[in-house]
Amino acid sequence: MEKAKQVVCQTQDLIPNSGVCALVNGKQVALFYFPEDDQPVRAVSNWDPIGQANVLSRGIVGDLKGRLVVASPLYKQHFDLKTGECLEDDQAKLEVFPVSIEENLVLWG
Amino acid sequence: MKKLRMVVAGNGMVGHHFVDQILALSTDIELTVLGAETRPAYDRVHLSEVFAGKDPKDLSLTSREYYKEHNVDAHFGDAVVAIDRDNKSVKTESGRTFSYDKLILATGSYPFVPPIKGSECKECLTYRTIDDLGEIKANAKDAKIGVVVGGGLLGLECANALKNLGLETHVVEFAPGLMGVQLDQGGSKMLRRKIEALGVTVHTSKATTLISEGDDTKLRMSFADETHLDTDMIVFSAGIRPYDQLARKSGLEVGERGGIVIDYHCRTSDSDIFAIGECALFGKMIYGLVAPGYRMAEIAAQQFVDADEKPSFTGADMSTKLKLLGVDVGSIGDAHGKTADSICYVFSDEKAETYKRIVVSADGKRLLGAVLVGDCSDYDTLLQYYLNEIDLPGSPESMILPATDGSAAPALGPAALPATATICSCHNVSKGDIVNAMDAGCCGLPDVKSSTKASTGCGGCAALLKNIVDHEMEARGLEVNKSICEHFQFTRQELFHLIKVEEIKSFQEMLDKHGSGRGCDICKPAIGSILASLWNDYVLQENHVQLQDTNDTFLANMQKNGTYSVVPRVPGGEITPDQLIAIGEVGKKYNLYTKITGGQRIDLFGATLNQLPDIWRELIDAGLETGHAYGKAVRTVKSCVGSTWCRYGVNDSVGMAIHIENRYKGLRAPHKLKFAVSGCTRECAEAQSKDVGVIATENGWNLYVCGNGGMKPRHADLFATDLDDQTLIKYIDRFLMFYIRTADRLQRTSVWMENLEGGLDYLRQVVIEDSLGIGEELEAQMHHVVGTYQCEWKTTIENPEKVKRFRQFVNSNASDDNVVFVEERGQMRPANEVERQKLIAKSA
Ligand SMILES: Cc1cc2nc3c(=O)[nH]c(=O)nc-3n(C[C@H](O)[C@H](O)[C@H](O)COP(=O)(O)OP(=O)(O)OC[C@H]3O[C@@H](n4cnc5c(N)ncnc54)[C@H](O)[C@@H]3O)c2cc1C
Ligand code: SF4
Ligand code: SF4
Repeated sequence: MEKAKQVVCQTQDLIPNSGVCALVNGKQVALFYFPEDDQPVRAVSNWDPIGQANVLSRGIVGDLKGRLVVASPLYKQHFDLKTGECLEDDQAKLEVFPVSIEENLVLWG
Repeated sequence: MKKLRMVVAGNGMVGHHFVDQILALSTDIELTVLGAETRPAYDRVHLSEVFAGKDPKDLSLTSREYYKEHNVDAHFGDAVVAIDRDNKSVKTESGRTFSYDKLILATGSYPFVPPIKGSECKECLTYRTIDDLGEIKANAKDAKIGVVVGGGLLGLECANALKNLGLETHVVEFAPGLMGVQLDQGGSKMLRRKIEALGVTVHTSKATTLISEGDDTKLRMSFADETHLDTDMIVFSAGIRPYDQLARKSGLEVGERGGIVIDYHCRTSDSDIFAIGECALFGKMIYGLVAPGYRMAEIAAQQFVDADEKPSFTGADMSTKLKLLGVDVGSIGDAHGKTADSICYVFSDEKAETYKRIVVSADGKRLLGAVLVGDCSDYDTLLQYYLNEIDLPGSPESMILPATDGSAAPALGPAALPATATICSCHNVSKGDIVNAMDAGCCGLPDVKSSTKASTGCGGCAALLKNIVDHEMEARGLEVNKSICEHFQFTRQELFHLIKVEEIKSFQEMLDKHGSGRGCDICKPAIGSILASLWNDYVLQENHVQLQDTNDTFLANMQKNGTYSVVPRVPGGEITPDQLIAIGEVGKKYNLYTKITGGQRIDLFGATLNQLPDIWRELIDAGLETGHAYGKAVRTVKSCVGSTWCRYGVNDSVGMAIHIENRYKGLRAPHKLKFAVSGCTRECAEAQSKDVGVIATENGWNLYVCGNGGMKPRHADLFATDLDDQTLIKYIDRFLMFYIRTADRLQRTSVWMENLEGGLDYLRQVVIEDSLGIGEELEAQMHHVVGTYQCEWKTTIENPEKVKRFRQFVNSNASDDNVVFVEERGQMRPANEVERQKLIAKSA
């Protein structure tokens, strides 16, 4: 039998086209919500490797040349929400986590 | 084929730049780097910033990992001690040998310590490396007085450091004046005057003969004129000497007064050995600046490219612009007027403490040199005239005379620059290179930037580059693409117009009608700001939330560690003791760092996200409101006490300031807006450095506009005189709304006005004479905004749904364990990296 997935939070905790932060197994995770997309939640690490602070969930999201990105609220670099890559600095990369939505729950894994 | 083995001795700024150049060229070279210092290359030019609080780590230009990744065999803390030219190998201090096909010497230079008896003592230091810096700091701990020997560029920079460390600071110079190399006598005098006003004592024409123990101080310096000076530490900054011992010992040609002799290709007298940077002597000259060193590195690297014609080093311009102890100093070309028959013009203003001198050729056509002290705003223009030998205007003195009745000094348009004009000095890109790139198909700024690399270094040339690109686009009949980003093909001004005319109320609606994609961090806040300026809805309304920068979303200013600062509004800077106590109590309760701002308010730092609503609840209960310090909005109206208290005041400046602040508070604009009101022409509120400045006169108010402080300060222009209260407000209403309507994103009023065709005069026509017939409309719009004001924090804390947004984690009550503080001067501050690691480890 498949193991039950961990519940992170409810969808009403998310903010459309914007981010919130959740604590999952001791790790800060930035969750972004795009209600219209096929894959409506995206999760990356909240740690900004360039600004050196836990802030990415508070960045503005959007797209640049077709890539779904969040802009760091500290120094404005853009990170690809699907791959974690930084568009301005190929040394910097975010961890990307699989998450999904079932009913009104955001699930980990 | 066997790979070429290359050894680079010295990993300073220039040595590292060379490595980067080679890496960009080819992979067929096996690189070894040997550095004497224990750390990889760092930015020496900005060394002094460490005294101002910068982390030395932030200075690094590269890292061990970077070298490793690029297969560079790098060794640090192991100096090269000998070159064996016959066997083509070098030996290091630790006894290792490395063989080379080509050897690059980039060993730089060291500070010269004059042979004075006693100068070996442990309180006698130098200033060149990060290690030196540590020594200076350590010595300063139990010192009261510090002396810098040498009044040149580096000496003065060092004096600033000593002053910042809290020492009584002296500069001792052998020559009769400061910065003798770069400044003439007049400039040097003005600099001295300004520096002494800052509390640094300058002693010139002093030859130190002995350093001995002092009576009450650690040291005493005795001078040839039989005077003496007591001090606790001495930093020598009396010039630099090239590290050329290696070359000397191995028989390479060196200059009479030191320096490894190189030719046009940066080759030494041994064709397999090159020398670059401050250890190299070219045309009898050591180039003690980083830009010429970089150029040498590039030229040396190019010698390993397979090409018929290899570029040459032909010397470099030594013009400099810098800030010493906060004083702007600029020096161009022949600053001393040594050229035969040259003519010079001098303008000296002892009140403003500025000094400007230009040296012009006998026929009055060419600029040969210049000296600027106290005001460097003309530097860029003068430098272009000098470098590009542009014909001077008929009366060259107009270049440095202050503008009278609106006739500003002739600015240099992009068309006037010759093709050879250097635009980006970091990457050595000329106007010709830019034009060529555009001929080859580059279209628009981003294209030009990525193809020429212009403006990708320090960025200082960004404005000039944009001007040139725009000019060239227009000349080619191309439409200049002024769209704000890839999602909207419009300027901010056009967006404003569309939103207003079509009464668009949300970003989504705007995107559906006029845009594409999802939007980004450029267009979202820009449109958010326009929506706020026009309709003045609550910024955290559901459909606006996603548009705001974090500062606007959380109604506070994010600081470097992810915490926020909080600034309650203090209209006109007037505050009751009870409000002060209330702020103090909040600061104490939440353990916040408090500081008085330049805008006469109190800033509380270090609040975490979840604390913000609680903090504001208490502040609002005490009768305070949000100060909008986080928004591109009206910030503060600074004021002096005016006629109520001051003996000189002619009108109630505080009353007017409060009136103005309450009228415009919260007004969203393309950029932040600052105001000030002074009670008389003595101008204690510094109104002439603000976007809107008001000064009381015997007959009413004088209105000044478009000034600003900050990175590029600008004096405000006198807009209208002797206004009554009502007219004053009317003009400000119109001025602000016209700005909000027509300015570009993030364009301050000064730049906006300078870019308006017709400038100040046009602005007067629109606002005073109502030449466009929109005066009433602008006023009506302002009335709407004023009438719909709300304190965003009040609205927020009254709404539990909104308060939820301030949770650190949606699924936990924990706090961010990365945010840790230490105490300094009786308050908390964010821990630095080292402290943080320690604190986090301890708590784990
Ligand atoms: C405080 C300060 C402020 C400055 N401000 C400015 C400024 O505003 N503008 C400007 O243009 N310039 C400025 N400069 C000058 C600028 O820093 C130098 O021009 C530049 O660093 C020269 O680079 P370089 O690589 O030739 O020498 P360095 O940066 O000195 O590097 C040489 C390196 O080689 C190492 N070395 C020496 N001998 C050996 C050996 N035998 N084997 C191995 N390694 C060796 C040295 O330890 C050093 O690390 C400033 C300098 C200082 C100290
Ligand atoms: S500006 Fe005039 S009124 Fe105001 S404090 Fe200064 S001297 Fe007094
Ligand atoms: S941005 Fe402003 S506040 Fe920050 S360090 Fe620079 S001058 Fe100071």
